[in-house]
Amino acid sequence: MSRYWPLPALAACALVPWLPGLPVFWLTLLNYIGISAILVVGVVVLTGIGGMTSFAQASFLGFGAYASAVLSTHYGLSPWLGLPAAIAVSAVAAGLIGAVTLRLRGHYLALGTMAVAMSLYYLFANLDFFGRNDGISGIPPLNLFGLSLVDGRLYLTLIWAVLVLVIVATNNLLDSRVGRAIRSLRGGALAAASFGVNTPAARQLAFVYAAVLAAIAGWLYAHLQRSVNPTPFGLNASIEYMLMAVLGGAGQVGGAVLGAVLVTVINDQLQDWLPRLLGQRGNYESIVFGLILLAVLQTAPEGLWPHLFRGRTRKRVIAPAEALPRRVMPQAGSPVLAVERLSKRFGGLIAVNEISFAVNAGEIVGLIGPNGAGKSTSFNLITGVADPSSGAVRLFGTALTGQPAREIAQRGVARSFQHVKLVPGMSVIENVAIGAHLRGQAGALAGVLRLDRAEEARLFAEAARQLARVGLAEQADRKATDLALGQQRVVEIARALCLDPVLLLLDEPAAGLRHNEKVELAALLRRLRAEGVAVLLVEHDMDFVMNLTDRLVVMDFGTKLAEGTAEAVRRDPAVIEAYLGAAQ
Amino acid sequence: MNVLEVERLSVAYGAIPAVEEVSLAVPEGGLVTVIGPNGAGKSTLLNAIMGVLPSRGAIRFDGAALGAAGIEARVERGMALVPEKRELFATMTVADNLLLGGFRFRRQAGGELERVYALFPRLKERRAQQAGTLSGGERQMLAMGRALMAKPRLLMLDEPSLGLAPLIVRDIFRIIADLRATGVAILLVEQNARAALQVADRGYVLETGRVTLEGDAGALAGDSRIVEMYLGAG
Amino acid sequence: MDSTIVAILVQDGIVNGAIYALLALSLVLVFAVTRVVFVPQGEFVAYGALTYAALDSGSTPGSLWLLCALGALAFVAGVIRRGPVLRLAVTSLVLPAVVTGLTLWLAPLKPGVAVNAALALAIVTPMAPYIYRIGFQPLAEASVLVLLIAAVAVHLVLAGLGLVFFGPEGSRATAFADFSLSLGDLTLPGQALWILGLTAALMAGLYGFFGFTLLGKALRATAVNRLGARLVGIATAQSGGIAFALAGAIGALSGILVVPLTTVYYDSGFVIGLKGFTAAIIAGMGSYPGAVLAALAVGVLESFSSFWASAFKEVIVFTAIIPVLLWRSLRHVTLEDEEE
Repeated sequence: MSRYWPLPALAACALVPWLPGLPVFWLTLLNYIGISAILVVGVVVLTGIGGMTSFAQASFLGFGAYASAVLSTHYGLSPWLGLPAAIAVSAVAAGLIGAVTLRLRGHYLALGTMAVAMSLYYLFANLDFFGRNDGISGIPPLNLFGLSLVDGRLYLTLIWAVLVLVIVATNNLLDSRVGRAIRSLRGGALAAASFGVNTPAARQLAFVYAAVLAAIAGWLYAHLQRSVNPTPFGLNASIEYMLMAVLGGAGQVGGAVLGAVLVTVINDQLQDWLPRLLGQRGNYESIVFGLILLAVLQTAPEGLWPHLFRGRTRKRVIAPAEALPRRVMPQAGSPVLAVERLSKRFGGLIAVNEISFAVNAGEIVGLIGPNGAGKSTSFNLITGVADPSSGAVRLFGTALTGQPAREIAQRGVARSFQHVKLVPGMSVIENVAIGAHLRGQAGALAGVLRLDRAEEARLFAEAARQLARVGLAEQADRKATDLALGQQRVVEIARALCLDPVLLLLDEPAAGLRHNEKVELAALLRRLRAEGVAVLLVEHDMDFVMNLTDRLVVMDFGTKLAEGTAEAVRRDPAVIEAYLGAAQ
Repeated sequence: MNVLEVERLSVAYGAIPAVEEVSLAVPEGGLVTVIGPNGAGKSTLLNAIMGVLPSRGAIRFDGAALGAAGIEARVERGMALVPEKRELFATMTVADNLLLGGFRFRRQAGGELERVYALFPRLKERRAQQAGTLSGGERQMLAMGRALMAKPRLLMLDEPSLGLAPLIVRDIFRIIADLRATGVAILLVEQNARAALQVADRGYVLETGRVTLEGDAGALAGDSRIVEMYLGAG
Repeated sequence: MDSTIVAILVQDGIVNGAIYALLALSLVLVFAVTRVVFVPQGEFVAYGALTYAALDSGSTPGSLWLLCALGALAFVAGVIRRGPVLRLAVTSLVLPAVVTGLTLWLAPLKPGVAVNAALALAIVTPMAPYIYRIGFQPLAEASVLVLLIAAVAVHLVLAGLGLVFFGPEGSRATAFADFSLSLGDLTLPGQALWILGLTAALMAGLYGFFGFTLLGKALRATAVNRLGARLVGIATAQSGGIAFALAGAIGALSGILVVPLTTVYYDSGFVIGLKGFTAAIIAGMGSYPGAVLAALAVGVLESFSSFWASAFKEVIVFTAIIPVLLWRSLRHVTLEDEEE
């Protein structure tokens, strides 16, 4: 779709309702489709993209609807004032619920929101203020320039115009610095945090954003229906929205619209002929929907959208932009990282025992040792993923120990992962741009309103530069997870370089690389060394390590066995014994 | 007669090959070791033979092709794997862990239990203790004991000495030698190459997913190329 | 509020809490063994209740036909996945046929409480493992969240089918016994004693099953370490089926126990099931004794809130989850990469 699709889309919103011969029945259906789609766009952002499952989205619709209903009936305020009120109430509620549940594992959020949805439903249904089960009726219609939007046609234009704006805003958000943070939550949160992304804040933001979209839908619903009651805000309604997202395709905004269309239309048809088939009235469509949901989960868990519309890879245009400011690099040979008597105990087991070593600017140090020697644990301690039992890790003399991953990134420490952690749904260059997260400032609102373009251009110019540096410029627009694993490791290095690091920590960078790729990687690391970067790498490939490093630290049984140049280490009988074992 | 024959076995993680065209054989009652540096694909090889990972190529047990047989079917035929991470039932007692080892053979479980306790008297002392509270060496013994409860004809050991203190490593290798004397065939994956080659009849050297050397264990133990492979060509 | 009212409320709460405890136990069990959050638990309560009520009134319960249909589907699903045909035929075709035959023969004879309860259990329980085979086994490797959404889907299907097979009217059955026990000011109705007694017996039975039988230990082993369990030859799909069967039986039994006390509709189970969930979540989805205590607390909280603010009793019960989650989240370090 072209960038300019919203214009014809908006024109269609204005014109379609006036098509001669459009049955009123379709008009009504389209109104409900639009409202559902607005809400489900939020479900896509939250669940499909952010990886969080909420069964309270209909409750947020309720917050929006009731807020505006109460203000416009009890207090006689203009329905237009209901919109900011609806958004505010919903956002605050989401903020509170999110604060309680978002830090927990995924299914707690789902179950917690399920309980919240039940409790809110009974609350709406039992408070006199909200008219109990009967709800609130006599809600005034919206007026625009003196024109009352009682007519379904005008309202249709309003709803679909809002939907178009919501889609534009959501696409803008997802294609921004904050959007990349949200997109990294599913499957890449640890990596994102290591590059300074505030992942709890990103979670919270996605949750509030989805609640706000639900509130907008609720506001539209209240003034379309002109009455509200608790039923459309219950758990079953939330489940239906989840169904729309899963069926349409929770990974793309388009899936939200597709799902809303399909579920609403199917629902309408089923309500028509199922009771005739079964000879009595009742909520039979839930059987069909449940079966559809199961079938989709089993056969096409990504939903229908990707099957109907093959996503063309979008070519990102990299405009020349002013280079980002760089860090002042330390003098070559000056101390950067100091590991001091670091220990880690798990229960009675000592995984790392009083390890000490240093890495200086412009130096490559290798951390090696047989399987189970404690290398990975040491690496996790240095990168702040795990806390040491005792000892310290210092960067330029100040302690890194106990600092969150974000703070460590802020100070110029960049890393790669043993098990590659790239965000699955994102292109190579977008993944690399996450590395530059801390070198931008734009927030969510700037992203939605596209006020962040200048900064984005600079971030992407930097990402492109680092990608070219590691020799993957050609792959920039491919999906990151489509690359060979070795190349994905190299993408991780480009991402690390985007941080403008003083210290680079690499976990098995050569694993899975072909011979010539290893040679290129070694050359790149030598260039970085020449620029004054301090490099610490854990590696299995001995040829690679022996030829590249200035110094090696050998670990065995959690302790430092030896330290020295590659040649010295290779001849050390203790090292040979550690690797080959002692004869019994 | 070979109890296990593996022919041109390949395993890949997605598009990334981890084991490529590996062929090996374990004779009845024999002790064969696969050695090689970190990350060579040794564990992957054992997991594929046990059916934990999907693979291409042929695996024959007792002359019959295993095809797509599941893990349970392989256990029933007499294969057992002691995995690198032991995978014990940490919150259950030592005795329960052992009993479950004989899950597929519950009728003969009593006799086997006594045999395992005789082999590992330490486990009998600790039988009422939770598996998660055992020391590293005891855990390895329990993992081996649990596998033996199924009366396997082929026992596959994945890095049994991993993370154990040298004294305990010596115990473990003594036990491996004892086990072999009971007639069970053993396929031993080890990083402790020297000790492994000392107990084994035959050895295969695995490097970046391929067999680069194979032969009589004694001959391999003296091969100078092995040091180079583990510590790089310099 | 005097002490008699307190005593009555506590008694009421404990009786309801006992039911929630049974449900919470089976939810924890199913989650531990299969990672499925068993949302349709409530439908099993309703099915058990309504099937029993139908038998109690001397008619053939509609759920019988559902049992046969699910069995046939499970057979097909099993054959497609190349399971052992003979065993599949016995468990999914012969078993429903036998149950159907027995029910058609016995139901019109009004055979009494014990036979009715046994028949209701036999009709409803096998549906759970059939559903596991049809709906969840193909998703065995999926994430907890995908399994949860699948469970919600199954809930939708079963709730709708409940309406088809049982109709919109509620049902109530005669009590197991019409005696009652007086303790000072307090009168304990026979049905309450039945509930407490059977709950205690069932818990003892589960304790024995998991503590002392090889099969029970195998289920625990699957929950503790799936790979370890597979390596000793425990088929995890089989463990899953057994866990579902236990949950189905417990759900159905809860329904049978409840239906003499209160009118049950086809959709009544869901709210009852969610209260079991509230207890299971409070206990962290992991601890059996914790789940029982939490369930009793939920029951008592519910009975007191229905006394003080009866309109808001559901609000209070479901909101009770929030402080618990808050406490958990404050104790918890943020988990960065738990998803997928």
